[in-house]
Amino acid sequence: MKLKKMLGIILTAAMCTSMLAACGDTGSTSTGSTGDSKPASNGKSDLIRVGIINNDPNESGYRTANVNDLKATFTEANGYDAQFSYSLKNDEQISYAQKYIQDEVDYLLLSAADTAGWDGVLQDAKAAGVKVILFDRTIDASEDLYEASIVSDMAKEGKTAVDWLKSQNLDKYQVIHLQGVMGSAAQKGRSAALTEAAEADSSKWEIVTEQTAEWNAEKAQQIVQSAIDAGKEFNVIYAENDDMAKGAVAALDKANIAHGVGKDVIVMGFDCNKWALEELKAGNWNYDGQCNPFQSSYITDIIKKLEAGEKLSEKTIIMDEKGFDAATITQEDVDKYGI
Amino acid sequence: MIANKKPSFLSGLLHNQLLIPIAALLLLTVFNLIVDPSFFKITLGTNSDGNPVLSGYLITIIDYGSELAILAIGMTLVTAASGGQDISVGAGIAIAGSVLLRVLCGTESRPETLQTPVFVAFIICCLCAMIAGAFNGALVAFFRIQPMVATLILFTAGRSIAAWVNNNELPIISEKSFTYYGGYLPGIPIPTPFFIALLCFAVTWAVLKFTNLGLYVQAVGINEKTSRLNGLNPELIKFAVYILLGVCVAVCGLIKVSRLSTINYSVIAKDIEMDAILAVALGGNALSGGKFNMGASILGAYVIQFLTTTLYKFDVQSDALSAYKAVVVILLVVMSAPVFREKISSLFRRLRAGSAAA
Repeated sequence: MKLKKMLGIILTAAMCTSMLAACGDTGSTSTGSTGDSKPASNGKSDLIRVGIINNDPNESGYRTANVNDLKATFTEANGYDAQFSYSLKNDEQISYAQKYIQDEVDYLLLSAADTAGWDGVLQDAKAAGVKVILFDRTIDASEDLYEASIVSDMAKEGKTAVDWLKSQNLDKYQVIHLQGVMGSAAQKGRSAALTEAAEADSSKWEIVTEQTAEWNAEKAQQIVQSAIDAGKEFNVIYAENDDMAKGAVAALDKANIAHGVGKDVIVMGFDCNKWALEELKAGNWNYDGQCNPFQSSYITDIIKKLEAGEKLSEKTIIMDEKGFDAATITQEDVDKYGI
Repeated sequence: MIANKKPSFLSGLLHNQLLIPIAALLLLTVFNLIVDPSFFKITLGTNSDGNPVLSGYLITIIDYGSELAILAIGMTLVTAASGGQDISVGAGIAIAGSVLLRVLCGTESRPETLQTPVFVAFIICCLCAMIAGAFNGALVAFFRIQPMVATLILFTAGRSIAAWVNNNELPIISEKSFTYYGGYLPGIPIPTPFFIALLCFAVTWAVLKFTNLGLYVQAVGINEKTSRLNGLNPELIKFAVYILLGVCVAVCGLIKVSRLSTINYSVIAKDIEMDAILAVALGGNALSGGKFNMGASILGAYVIQFLTTTLYKFDVQSDALSAYKAVVVILLVVMSAPVFREKISSLFRRLRAGSAAA
């Protein structure tokens, strides 16, 4: 009895430590990289000192690509002394920002977890002469607290996709619309374009099913399965991200509905995951809209201008985002834009 | 004589555990029959690989209901023995699926061929899920932490662990034979998850029939002290049921991952724990532990999928699905409350007295 109890305790303890170790490993990206930060007086005054606050790289494929892009750009070889920290929590991000301001960085690059709560710390930054550049996410703060904001225009992404769909000149558009988590910026922007197109020409356009699959492939599969079981007719799947398009395609395959280039059903996705672009290249899907995670070139442009003492022509900079057509996509595109 | 027999049959039915799931099933069936009988249409077609497949709402129900039923088996045992539920099964499925893919893919994230046979990978994934179950079980059995609190740890950490297992990469398996487990075997038009579920039912039935596990689990759930005085080891039995749930989680993970040949750590099997617990409750099992009826739980699982599929058919917004399920939960909780049962049986007694007087 006693032995068994002891064994139980030891087992649990062992598992606890292994679990903690596992957690520690994912968490250490933030502590480890902030730990890297060099002291303020490191003598290399020719380097531009930047503090980068981002969301957790594990959040999504988009974020991983975003973080890798920033890491590849802000290197010592390129003339930067960069410190990185990651958190999905606003208050942690704010304390990182305070730390960077104390370290007297030249630039603070910020992708905020939440839109609210940044006024105070950004005022401190301004007082300390730290220039703030927002990327990817906007915040609710006065415009003069930051130099520039580099964002994706989700409505434009939707419009590009719907324009592409219009250019296909189908006789009839019967669309299954798989939405993301309701209320998110990506969902709103990408849905708006399709809704507008369908309302503008209701003789040709029909939204057969409009459902939120919450970015989830399994849910998308069930929704499309349900539409097929109900015998609904459709010829377009408009999925607001790649995962949902994948789920939809799984349901189509099961019912032997041909999809892709020159087939019965047009499949559209967003985000340009590498595997999705490969599907596109194989002709199984028709269109994939980009959500550009590569912001570093825009940021370095701004920093160069500011360093040269130039004025920026506009505060909000909207990135170029492409849409890929299965008919024209090349292997080069897959390698370059796949995330 | 006949007049006398009828009420006793009715009250017998009222006390039968299968009443609730069967009544719910009938209700849903009648509802669908009235609104749209085409719900029950099943057609034979072929999928894009040229295999014959049956399709229709009923097939969808047995397809997706099967993974839920497998989970319900483990959840019923856990509920009965420990008087609480494991809320980490969704996260457990993420871990199991992640381990499975990791072993199948080896070092590359997108291999052309499987690096390990599926059977071996499944054994390893099973072991990992059992370790996760053992972790929960140990906290509940030896440290006497409330099951929901104990499993909250993996509920929150599990998906991160799953992402960590694969370095946060998304492995994709292109091998066709891997899709069989969540799809169709060549030449067989019925979804494979249903066969896997049948196998699990058979094993469970045999275990409950030929071993004392069922008896011991109920004894521990009803009264831990008495069962100890009768020579049982309550800790060990509680610990064991969590490990058994781990096996169910691993099987479910295999089906889930096979469906799409890939995994998304943050959303795979999201909220499935709620459906599994609901299946146990719908089966008329007391969520506070004690006696259980395995068949009722399994039926409950299919009824829940029936409800989900019906709601999808009527284009209910999928983020509102849980609200409808909440209504079912409220009804169940009210119906299983002792106060309510007493009221109903006194009503029957009065009715019987009335008919006898007449």
